[in-house]
Amino acid sequence: MTAPALQTTRRCPYAPPEQHTRIRDTDPGISQVTLPGGQVAWALSRLEHIRAMLTDPRFSSDRRNPNFPRFTRERPGRQPLLQTMIQLDPPEHGPARKAVVGEFTVRRMAGLRPRIQEIVDEQIDAMLAGPRPADLVQALSLPVPSLVICEQLGVPYHDHDFFQTRSATLLSRALTAQDRQQALTGLRDYLRDLIAKKAAEPTDDLLGRQLAQGNDPEDVLSLAFLLLFAGHETTANMISLGVVTLLERPEELAALREDPARTLPAIEELLRVYTIAEFANARVAVADVEIGGVTIRAGDPVLALSTAANHDPSAFDEADEIKLDRGARNHVAFGFGIHQCLGQNLARMELQIVFDTLFRRIPTLRLATPADKLRYKDDALIYGIHEVPVTWEESA
Amino acid sequence: MTKIVADLDRCVGAGQCVLTDPEGFDQSEEDGTVVVLQDTPADDEALKRARGAVEICPSRALSLTE
Ligand code: SF4
Repeated sequence: MTAPALQTTRRCPYAPPEQHTRIRDTDPGISQVTLPGGQVAWALSRLEHIRAMLTDPRFSSDRRNPNFPRFTRERPGRQPLLQTMIQLDPPEHGPARKAVVGEFTVRRMAGLRPRIQEIVDEQIDAMLAGPRPADLVQALSLPVPSLVICEQLGVPYHDHDFFQTRSATLLSRALTAQDRQQALTGLRDYLRDLIAKKAAEPTDDLLGRQLAQGNDPEDVLSLAFLLLFAGHETTANMISLGVVTLLERPEELAALREDPARTLPAIEELLRVYTIAEFANARVAVADVEIGGVTIRAGDPVLALSTAANHDPSAFDEADEIKLDRGARNHVAFGFGIHQCLGQNLARMELQIVFDTLFRRIPTLRLATPADKLRYKDDALIYGIHEVPVTWEESA
Repeated sequence: MTKIVADLDRCVGAGQCVLTDPEGFDQSEEDGTVVVLQDTPADDEALKRARGAVEICPSRALSLTE
């Protein structure tokens, strides 16, 4: 019997695909599925199983392994375009991560707060000065993380436009492979140039400090790409989804406005409910491992159905409800194990500043298109919304 | 007496312990690894927070010993 095709689209934006829920709720909660690329992979769906898998060194992140789960029909074992730490196992992984993790500590993030606040305020000023309705995605969701990452990496202000349009192109799905290749080459040349300049004239920013630590410029380039991609569209989509959800729940939004201490728990709940990087947790077994009574053989591809796990009723009470004050952080929206998202605390802070500032400064903000008419990114690897038309009262 | 033990080789500096229990944990400036500020939780509240940090740590770098 062939394994059924993996369901990759959601019927409801904040619920796991039905197939994933079915796998989770039928013993043993582990099943085989066929990936879009044709591979048969194990799909894990319970929070407990996924957390166990992601902390078990017998599951490898090495994409050079020909059996690593693939979502497209690319050649197996093909050298990835860029080798970054997310593709490394210990012992190589540790030093690569530690070389940069100091840039993302909780304290470091707090130091960035005033500048991010400024960026958010400037974007909101520009939106208020422009026409109504405005598209929140273009006005706020995309530029904020993009500007923040530019600052952090040390991309000079006058290059923002170039940088932002190239990276937006690269992340857009409406383009041909050729367009993308061009944008990628453009961006890579740009970054290589920038890194060469920083190597010649040291700068006090993330890339400059990496070079000063003696890291190879090509490795610094891969790191720049990783941070650019990982921190960009993900945060942007969470901003869009979060604003829509909150606008749809006026009473809870009012409570949030009254008491900003509620924002962080609300963000955690939005992260859990949406789990936008739902297929990011993939591994390949490098030994026989038993999980939930099922033996996964060495060489088997494994996929975590993260949205189903984040809605696992054995881990969360009324798991399918959005409870903004739930305060649960044991979800796997940022992954788990040694590869857990490096930028998660930056993401939390960006979301916090955006939500607090946006709803405080534009109390009359509302959707100009009903939430159920928005175009959700049903076919993307990172879930989100294409456009979010919003409007507000003139006096704002 | 319950003690918090941190395995620095395992720690990946995700800072989740600091977010959970800022009084109990900090991160090193240098490589982001955990710094245990209070290695014996003073009361039940502190113990509860430490347990939370152990549970949330993604790399299983933290543990409690009796
Ligand atoms: S949560 Fe774990 S991995 Fe993260 S800094 Fe604390 S001890 Fe290290």
